[in-house]
Amino acid sequence: MELRLTPQLQYLLRIADTCLIHAQRLAEWCGHGPVLEEDIALTNMALDLLGQARALLTHAAALEGQGLDEDQMAFLRDERQFFNLTLAEQPMRRSSAHSPGGDFADTVLRNFLLACWLRLLWQRLAGSSDGELAAIAGKAVKEARYHEQHAGDWVIRLGDGTEESAARMRAALARAWPYTAEMFASDAVDDSAVASGLGPARQALQADWQRDVGAVLQEAGLAAPASTPFVSTGTRGLHSEHLGFMLAEMQMLQRSFPGGRW
Amino acid sequence: MTDQNERPEPGTTTTEWPLWEVFVRPKAGLDHKHCGSLHAADAAMAVQLAREVYTRRQEGTSVWVVKSSDITASDPGDKAMYFDPMEDKVYRHPSFYKLPGSVDHM
Repeated sequence: MELRLTPQLQYLLRIADTCLIHAQRLAEWCGHGPVLEEDIALTNMALDLLGQARALLTHAAALEGQGLDEDQMAFLRDERQFFNLTLAEQPMRRSSAHSPGGDFADTVLRNFLLACWLRLLWQRLAGSSDGELAAIAGKAVKEARYHEQHAGDWVIRLGDGTEESAARMRAALARAWPYTAEMFASDAVDDSAVASGLGPARQALQADWQRDVGAVLQEAGLAAPASTPFVSTGTRGLHSEHLGFMLAEMQMLQRSFPGGRW
Repeated sequence: MTDQNERPEPGTTTTEWPLWEVFVRPKAGLDHKHCGSLHAADAAMAVQLAREVYTRRQEGTSVWVVKSSDITASDPGDKAMYFDPMEDKVYRHPSFYKLPGSVDHM
């Protein structure tokens, strides 16, 4: 699929794809949650994120201008046309070659780190010069605030729980942390969004994110790992090895039965 | 019976969270109504999970939870003694009064 990529479109797709891919990972828990109530909670949150992604993809498709729709945007783009944060595509429930996965600690931690980032982003996007984006953000910020609280409570419970749960949280933190640098790695796309009033540069979220995440980590008895020079590049379309497998599964139906409805 | 909110004795493990009864208020002005139960580790988690399980289709604007073990219930064995005597006391219903037309919903 050809995509007429502009900085404005890429800015929107970074947010839309982060929501979509994070939703897909969370949805892997459906029917596998540690307890029935949390299974429902995880899939409720996945559906919130999917709703946000749908609204953004519909809006992005209209701006793109070739008459694409949300389904084509989600299911027919290739790996390098996705611009999600790399953290969102890392295995969550199932393990893979380079990631143990399957630990509930990874799920609650990632959910918390991303929810806090998205909440801060939505808060700022509510004042976007793009009226449609501002409206989507106004609705989404309430959902993100709840996700942050729910996941943050789990981080505290497990971090400040037993020796076993604390050790697992520390391991999950060590796995996730290298991918957080990308959340604040502003580039020319961010500059263009700031110039047009579309939204903030990612770097502008960093101080608030560090403060809010730090407060929860402290309550959980966890320490943020030292930062490293590594900066992942999913927001530029260059992904880890996990996204391709994920898209193969996610897009299979639409690619096998284009336009299928049921 | 021990308080289930307290930490278990060393060397013992609890495999199930305590049970909570959930009450949801559908909208302002109406009463909270019992709608079911769920398992949660403590009250804060019970409120969150009640929101997830019982209000996901816009059923509520407020949630109460109470530990099931904190509810004292009448004994089913007392049912006949407690409730059957009310069967033939129709005069306890205020149905023998004429209400002014302007009084609704009595």
